[in-house]
Amino acid sequence: MSKKKIYRQSDRSTQKSMPIDWSYEEAPENTSHATFFKNYGFFINGSFTKYDESQSFESINPANGEVLYRCTEASEIDVDAAVKAARVSFEGEWSNYSGTQRSHYLYRIARMLQERAREFAVLESMDGGKPIRESRDIDIPLAAAHFFYYAGWADKLAYAFPGKSSKPLGVCAQIIPWNFPLLMLAWKIAPALACGNTVVLKPAETTSLTALKFCELLQDIGLPNGVVNIVTGAGKTGEYLVQHPDIDKIAFTGSTGVGKLIQQSIAEREISATFELGGKGAFILFDDAALNEAVEGIINAIFFNQGHVCCAGSRLLVQEGVADKVIDLLKNRMQHLIVGDPLDKNTDIGAVNSKTQLEIIQRYVATGIKEGASCYECSGSLPNSGYYYPPTLLTGVSQSSTVVQEEIFGPVLTIQTFRTTDEAIEKANNTPYGLANGIWTDKGSKIFYVGSKLRSGVVWSNTYNKFDPTSPFGGYKESGKGREGGISGLHAYVKLVNNGAMN
Amino acid sequence: MIDRIPIDTVGIQERVARICTRSIKRESKLKALDLALRMMDLTTLEGSDSEGKIRQLCNKALHPYTELPNIPSVAAVCVYPNRVALANNILKDSSISIASVATAFPSGMSSLQIKLDDVHYAVSEGADEIDMVISRGAFLSGEYARVYDEISQIKEACGNAHLKVILETGELGSLENIRMASDLAIKAGADFIKTSTGKISPAATMPVVLVMLQAIRDNYNSTGVKVGMKPAGGIRSSKQAIQYLVLVKETLGTDWLHPSLFRFGASSLANDVLMQWVKEKTGRYQSLNYFSND
Repeated sequence: MSKKKIYRQSDRSTQKSMPIDWSYEEAPENTSHATFFKNYGFFINGSFTKYDESQSFESINPANGEVLYRCTEASEIDVDAAVKAARVSFEGEWSNYSGTQRSHYLYRIARMLQERAREFAVLESMDGGKPIRESRDIDIPLAAAHFFYYAGWADKLAYAFPGKSSKPLGVCAQIIPWNFPLLMLAWKIAPALACGNTVVLKPAETTSLTALKFCELLQDIGLPNGVVNIVTGAGKTGEYLVQHPDIDKIAFTGSTGVGKLIQQSIAEREISATFELGGKGAFILFDDAALNEAVEGIINAIFFNQGHVCCAGSRLLVQEGVADKVIDLLKNRMQHLIVGDPLDKNTDIGAVNSKTQLEIIQRYVATGIKEGASCYECSGSLPNSGYYYPPTLLTGVSQSSTVVQEEIFGPVLTIQTFRTTDEAIEKANNTPYGLANGIWTDKGSKIFYVGSKLRSGVVWSNTYNKFDPTSPFGGYKESGKGREGGISGLHAYVKLVNNGAMN
Repeated sequence: MIDRIPIDTVGIQERVARICTRSIKRESKLKALDLALRMMDLTTLEGSDSEGKIRQLCNKALHPYTELPNIPSVAAVCVYPNRVALANNILKDSSISIASVATAFPSGMSSLQIKLDDVHYAVSEGADEIDMVISRGAFLSGEYARVYDEISQIKEACGNAHLKVILETGELGSLENIRMASDLAIKAGADFIKTSTGKISPAATMPVVLVMLQAIRDNYNSTGVKVGMKPAGGIRSSKQAIQYLVLVKETLGTDWLHPSLFRFGASSLANDVLMQWVKEKTGRYQSLNYFSND
């Protein structure tokens, strides 16, 4: 036979193929529909205040390092104006609204967020550097889901607390971080409003855009003035807000260090406070687990949102017998991660949120290496401008290593091995944090045994970084106080009174 | 002989869902369409396949679409053993291989001797590739050694012809069974593992193919031998085909993006690929009426 068939011989091992170089072309998300202003003031009492050049600060697009827009840093006077507006609204109009009426507003917000989801997703990615795949598929839909969920509770509070009546707390001061800007805003505002409170919220200084855009949405749906007020600024503004004498509640999500400072500063005040702070989650991988799927889980646990996740599974604890195999599989999988432009639909890992954060990550990895760790980085190229960090593994670390003890908040995974179940539990718990952990095993009984011994607010089994508005979220130990989400999330925004004791 | 490897169905589905969010546009799409055509086993497996139908199929395999230049030929035509000689006659001077199903296709419910005879007959008629079916009944009742022996004897009977082993994943019941059957077929000497006969629903699905690709990858990592993969049945649109290519690229790497290691078993996929191709070139969709059905 003279034909040139694909196979000329049947010996498999000598068979040669000429692989085709097939890479994905750029697939940029359309941004033309997402508009925003160059300069922003605050949102107080239902309208935007004037941008003030003398108090301005820049917000950088981390994907290219360029200025995206400018904000005004709120002074003590500005914060006071916002708190006053919230107070007036709480004592006046808003307190006359029934639960049903409040729920109508929350449903409107939720539906409007869904309608404008693509716009919010694009802005979130521009401002914070997260890949559009995540802002589009996770951040914005989840934010809308939170408003839907708490809209449902607003007129059913009597059923949330059997035998008790609930009253709103009053004016809530809320401070949120830069890793999930709109989602954290939803976690804070939805339950507060459902319970009848008014709020003053401060977004993080690097990611104010979606919070300010959200105010436009509030104007569109006609939320009464002063119910939601937004002030922008950095730590100083936050300090003015938490120290304001006329607030009734503090809800803070951010670093453990700042959380401790706030707790100290309110020690002598009668004020309720909830905190959602740092974490150093363990991803416990047993040798009987489905390893391929576990590796996918690791990718999701540590590289989701560039590792800027307080509940990230940043410590891999893998059973010794499968450690080499898992590391090989992981390295292989990491070669297919695409690091780059957050607005490209194929990007898996976007830009690090800020230059400051990039330097923190670099410093931690350098410390890790100095303390004896081996470092493996994804080999793909990084964009020339902007703040990027490649997905990284640190092996050869031990429990006392700085990188194992402290939260890096970047795409850096430390890998330790263990031999027995009890050793895994001990290592997982041996940290000041207690936000989240993951267990990977094919054996159900092991999940229950280990799960009951782990000291963390969340334990995921055979999955990681799954969020749902119905499920409470919060920390043990230095990871926080109080819960957000679910019925537990309502507790943080009400005073409970035994039925009969209330007029 | 073969370990049972735990598979987490939810995890597999999530990985597949993520693969399906890849956005393949313009040049990379054209390249994918080109690949999909060159990887195609154009198939007709009907009891009613006439001589005319086979001629048409072979002609389509040679010249998928004459209106545009540079449209590649497909990898192979896939027919029943008694149509191999005719296809061979038409395609003997081309680069297109003749694949033939054998071994009491599609059920495999016959004696080993008859299956071997079936293979000998197809090979003697000129088949370059044999698509065999495993004995699912034996596999499900735990007679793994029997299934293994059958595959290795059929491999021997193939001689120089390449062996694709059809697992008929729609009858295996679980992803763990599919993984086990893949490992078994690979160990027994399969050149390719293939999902389905196309006669049972569900045929090829992405979760199933991912599990099979993982078996191929693990085997490659431990032995260095590259086994091929052929999803068959149920793949009708270019979009699906491209998603499979992404799955292969991100599980096995670009080495497998070649007709010698990856095939699509399909009958109606070709026309959709051609239609997308024309659309990418001209910016307009053509009516399906412009593409011959077989």
